[in-house]
Amino acid sequence: MSIRTRKSAAALATTAALALFATACTGSNEETANDDPKAETTLTFWHGWSAPSEVKAIQKNIERFEAAHKNIKVKVVSNMTDDKVNQALRAGGSKAPDVVSSFSTTNVGKFCATRAFTDLTPFLEKSGIDPAKVFHKPLLDYTRFDGNQCSLPLLSDAYGLYYNKDAFAKAGIKAPPKTWSEFEKVAQQLTEAKGDSYEQLGFMPNYHGYETTISHYVPQWSPTYFDAEGKSNIAKDPAFSRMMTFQKNLVDKLGGYGKLKKYRNTFGDEWGAKHPFHTGQVAMQLDGEWRLGMAKDAGVKFGIGTAPLPVPDDQVADYGKGYLSGTILGIASTSKKQNAAWELVKFMTTDTDAVVAFSNDIRNVPSTIEALKSPGLKHAPEFQTFIDIAQHPKSNTSPANVDGGAYHTTLQDVGLRYESGQLKDLQAGLEKAARQIDTDIAKLK
Amino acid sequence: MTTHTLRSKRRRSALRTLAFLSPWLIGFSVFFAYPLISTVYFSFMKYDGFRPPEFNGLDNWTYVFNDYPMFWPALRNTLWLVLVMVTCRVAFGLGIGLLITKVKTGTGIFRTLFYLPYLAPPVAATLSFVFLLNPGTGPVNTALESVGLSPPTWFTDPAWSKPALTLLAIWGIGDLMVIFMAALLDVPKEQYEAAQLDGASAWQQFRFVTLPNISPIVLFAVVTGVIATMQYYTQPLVAAKVASGNMGGSGQIFEPGYPEKSTLTLPQTIFNAGFQRFDYGAAAVVALVLFALAMAFTSLLMRRRGGLIRMGD
Repeated sequence: MSIRTRKSAAALATTAALALFATACTGSNEETANDDPKAETTLTFWHGWSAPSEVKAIQKNIERFEAAHKNIKVKVVSNMTDDKVNQALRAGGSKAPDVVSSFSTTNVGKFCATRAFTDLTPFLEKSGIDPAKVFHKPLLDYTRFDGNQCSLPLLSDAYGLYYNKDAFAKAGIKAPPKTWSEFEKVAQQLTEAKGDSYEQLGFMPNYHGYETTISHYVPQWSPTYFDAEGKSNIAKDPAFSRMMTFQKNLVDKLGGYGKLKKYRNTFGDEWGAKHPFHTGQVAMQLDGEWRLGMAKDAGVKFGIGTAPLPVPDDQVADYGKGYLSGTILGIASTSKKQNAAWELVKFMTTDTDAVVAFSNDIRNVPSTIEALKSPGLKHAPEFQTFIDIAQHPKSNTSPANVDGGAYHTTLQDVGLRYESGQLKDLQAGLEKAARQIDTDIAKLK
Repeated sequence: MTTHTLRSKRRRSALRTLAFLSPWLIGFSVFFAYPLISTVYFSFMKYDGFRPPEFNGLDNWTYVFNDYPMFWPALRNTLWLVLVMVTCRVAFGLGIGLLITKVKTGTGIFRTLFYLPYLAPPVAATLSFVFLLNPGTGPVNTALESVGLSPPTWFTDPAWSKPALTLLAIWGIGDLMVIFMAALLDVPKEQYEAAQLDGASAWQQFRFVTLPNISPIVLFAVVTGVIATMQYYTQPLVAAKVASGNMGGSGQIFEPGYPEKSTLTLPQTIFNAGFQRFDYGAAAVVALVLFALAMAFTSLLMRRRGGLIRMGD
């Protein structure tokens, strides 16, 4: 063999070795559920809560579990972002979590499709739990994908309308609006000008006004995101164009995109005390149930009213519904202690006392049908609105999909361009976005 | 000396060389060769990080160039930033360095003042700038309005978001200023004296004395600036998140680039494709495009040198 040939062979071998090494490092998702759930063991549990009160609440929940399962200890790791969770689920290893909770329901489709989370169906069957009898359908919709129930709901979020009771009284408005046309009038009535800005804005409709995203508005129009073949339906289902047209009209009636955008820049942080609803800069807010506790903690000086979001004028019978989302809990498929992990998941997601206590501590909506009706719930009276929304038969959610949240952002791009006036032909914009969503999904399937 | 002895001496010499080279070889293999080969490998694979990779030919390449909605805006933004931001940083770094070398008193204070912002962590610096340039409450716009000007909306306007980022980059010019000052102080004084005797103006002195002497440093600033700007990630992401008000709550996802993909950069696109869309294949393609661009820019600058380095430098 000549020197040149030998060098080439060595280079080729090195390349091949590196390529093989790269392949080997991709990990595998071997499903193992042979562990004894009664054996002495320690589980690693990752969650994303970070505020001291929340961390304390989760610790209390874990202590309740450990008291009921003396053989299982739980090592709790807080403040885990979804990026870290994604990496841990990919990598596995001795320090990887056995049980993971995530705030991003948008990633469930990918976690289920790739089997990063174990399918919980065999565990549910083994424990004699019928998820359809424990959870409402929207909650199951965002915790499963393509028949794979790879996660379960751990408390939920219900979205509704917050309003400033004092501002309502001052404007002579007796009750929260039930239809979007009533809402439009009320938002204008509550708006007070100050120079070329606002003393008080009735409602901030812009898509970047914190929770006012398309996925939170559009459930009131009862949308179908995907058709039976799994193709994007956003250009065919009029719910989307009707919702976007309503929102754009509202933007124009309240002063126009530029003026609203400038006013939005005077708002404080969504999670801080200076949130515009707390400060009285906006009189109404589309938000989740957590806002009530946050507003009270911020010491707002006005009465806080809560109500479901309005519905289109021709769907008044559906009033009371809303968008549902929440935290999800799953078992990493790389875990070697899946039966023990299931004991923790089962306890946290289906034990009524545990769910009620955790809901009281975290101030989120309970996720099980039984807990929603529990007399043990200790929330402020205004919180009942969100418990009712969570139980409304027409409340809905965004379906899990294999592209994670990409289809949401593609749709949101259309909304952003339309509300700012850059996109004139909404239908053409929706058709293009639908093609993009289909392309993205086809790429990943 | 026998042939055998000669061979063993050569072998020992070769082993010694390899031993000395090994730290570099290990570093090169682990941190450059392996990632690069892996990236090329994954660019031809369908891979989501969970399931085993699957060969899919040129699918990732055609998807990125034809269908991935973030690629072309990110490429355009990155090129814009390379041209404008690097030029501004070099020009301001050199300008401030020149001014400070001319100052007779209080040089230390000025040096400290201009260097301090460079020490601010990128996230904190960006948050400060979003606050300062806030169209509704920021002191910059309040000041501009008070003198009758109509101020831009900075990070919330696609036409102004990149200039706002450029201002932020210029604010943190301290590193370049120090390097240029060192170079400027090294220019032989006798050359200035000779130029002055010949009646050269200040501009002529700069053009024909200063610039030729510091040209290697200018080239260094440009090349490192281009590479750093091609890796620009944190500042535009933080600015977009804060300005958009979308911090990614329950059921929400934040895609970088706000407003209207105007702050999107290629490194952010790699993150989006790989870790938000779970498409490692597409992420690998964007990474290779970025690598090729960085190589092309750097080799172009090093070969042509733009007349910056004279023969013998």
